[in-house]
Amino acid sequence: MAFNVIKPGLLALLQDLGRHGHQSIGLTTGGPMDEMAFRWGNALLGNNSNCPQLEITFGMLTLEAQANTNIAITGADLGATLNDKEISPWRTYALKKGDVVAFHQPIWGLRAYLAVSGGFLCDPILGSVATVMREKVGGLTGKGDKLQRGDVLPYSACSHQPQKAVPRLAIPHYGQKEIPVILGYQYKSFSSLERANFFSSDYSVSSHSDRMGYRLEGKAIHSDLKGIISEGIAYGAIQVPKDGQPIVLLQDRQTIGGYPKIGCVSRVGGGILAQKQPGDVIQFTPITVDQAEQERHLHMARLAQWR
Amino acid sequence: MMSRDNFPHIEMVSNHSCLLTFSQVISEATSNYIALVTQKLTGLDGIIDLVPSYTTLLVVFDDDEYDRFAIFKALHQSIEAVDPNDFSLNDQRDVVIPVYYGKEVGPDLEDVAKHCQLSINEVIKRHSETVYRAYAIGFTPGFAFLGNTPDELHVPRKTTPRLKVPVGSVAIAENQTAVYPSVTPGGWQIIGRTPVNLIDWGCENLALIAMGDAVRFEAISRDEFLVQGGQLDGF
Repeated sequence: MAFNVIKPGLLALLQDLGRHGHQSIGLTTGGPMDEMAFRWGNALLGNNSNCPQLEITFGMLTLEAQANTNIAITGADLGATLNDKEISPWRTYALKKGDVVAFHQPIWGLRAYLAVSGGFLCDPILGSVATVMREKVGGLTGKGDKLQRGDVLPYSACSHQPQKAVPRLAIPHYGQKEIPVILGYQYKSFSSLERANFFSSDYSVSSHSDRMGYRLEGKAIHSDLKGIISEGIAYGAIQVPKDGQPIVLLQDRQTIGGYPKIGCVSRVGGGILAQKQPGDVIQFTPITVDQAEQERHLHMARLAQWR
Repeated sequence: MMSRDNFPHIEMVSNHSCLLTFSQVISEATSNYIALVTQKLTGLDGIIDLVPSYTTLLVVFDDDEYDRFAIFKALHQSIEAVDPNDFSLNDQRDVVIPVYYGKEVGPDLEDVAKHCQLSINEVIKRHSETVYRAYAIGFTPGFAFLGNTPDELHVPRKTTPRLKVPVGSVAIAENQTAVYPSVTPGGWQIIGRTPVNLIDWGCENLALIAMGDAVRFEAISRDEFLVQGGQLDGF
């Protein structure tokens, strides 16, 4: 059984938690841009946490169910409808054969997650179905293609379960302007004036932002380092190239690079950033590794407790 | 020789990754040590990903199941068990890559020869008689940064990078050389092309070159290149 893809959307990609363990040969991880939203989608349906879901960027997607199942929608509100009736994210819905689910345009946020009972069925490549278009790997075809009109998205038919919703306090604060930054090992190479500028200025999300990285426009900052020997890049690393405009490197980032880094955005913070649209304004706020750990554990504990 | 003083410096990068710095300068000894440590840490409980490079190793760990103190302890224990000079542990492989050095697939060959004040044949000879070390893999899947090219072959990157470099292109820039495993933009000087695939999704090793490998280029004729499946188009 499957969803028939009536309209493929602007950018809809199959994702799981990512392709790990292959960065040593230059393969990036991929995975959901908003990890907490993804995790809640699987939790709502009682799925394994790594079950493949559809990451829908912006919307313009229409699917028709071929068999009964349950779905969960999390992340952004992309004006979803079920048989032309408006539905809201962060909860489950029962689908009957012939039901039509559509995602129109963002009401807030940018990326919604569609989970289905048991997950979408798709052959993994190197242990993961995560789609990385640049590397031509993952997804339905295995070749990194985004969803196309006429695709069939397979799932196992499933009887209806009681409907569930995510508790309000567990939903990330998407409206927040502050993006927490863990102060990294190259932080010292930025003078106190540069740091002050970085943490007190507004930055707006550039239109050249994608799954690889979010480019920001605002007060230019500069490191004392002329350049560094190319080294591994962690998720969330904030690179500062010569023009002084920070780039936050996200799920489809390159594995190594040679620009100085002022810090690192946490996965929770990166998920919030990934819901921002070009032109949205953010501000970076410094946090310690301890604070980032606490934030992560709080979110994961809520999820575990709820399950 | 590496001594215990070369024990890497460990710093947190985020709540789930840390960077091990082995040296401030690039050397074969440092690269060997990093390869040994990477091998030792592969498959260790709690380690999710390892990204070795010239002088550093990025370690990504599972912060939902382990805390950073437990990871630090495990890292220390594993690294202490590695003898930086024990090359018997190092499974460095020799990789030979056939290359057709010709103007039709190496459009920068003439410029490189001119810049280096060598004949085209001398450029080919020097490039193919050196054994290179794979210092890092990255940029795109399977892209190996190979060093060091002989001093006489040092050329700067192109002022304007090409938007599309064909698959298999062999290129040089400054003291490095590399083969492009996929079509990407690129600013290195292209001197030839290999018919061999550097990345193969169906193969167990996935990438032909691994970090720490010894790589040599072997000049082949245009005919051999075509017999081995080489393509001449792409520019």
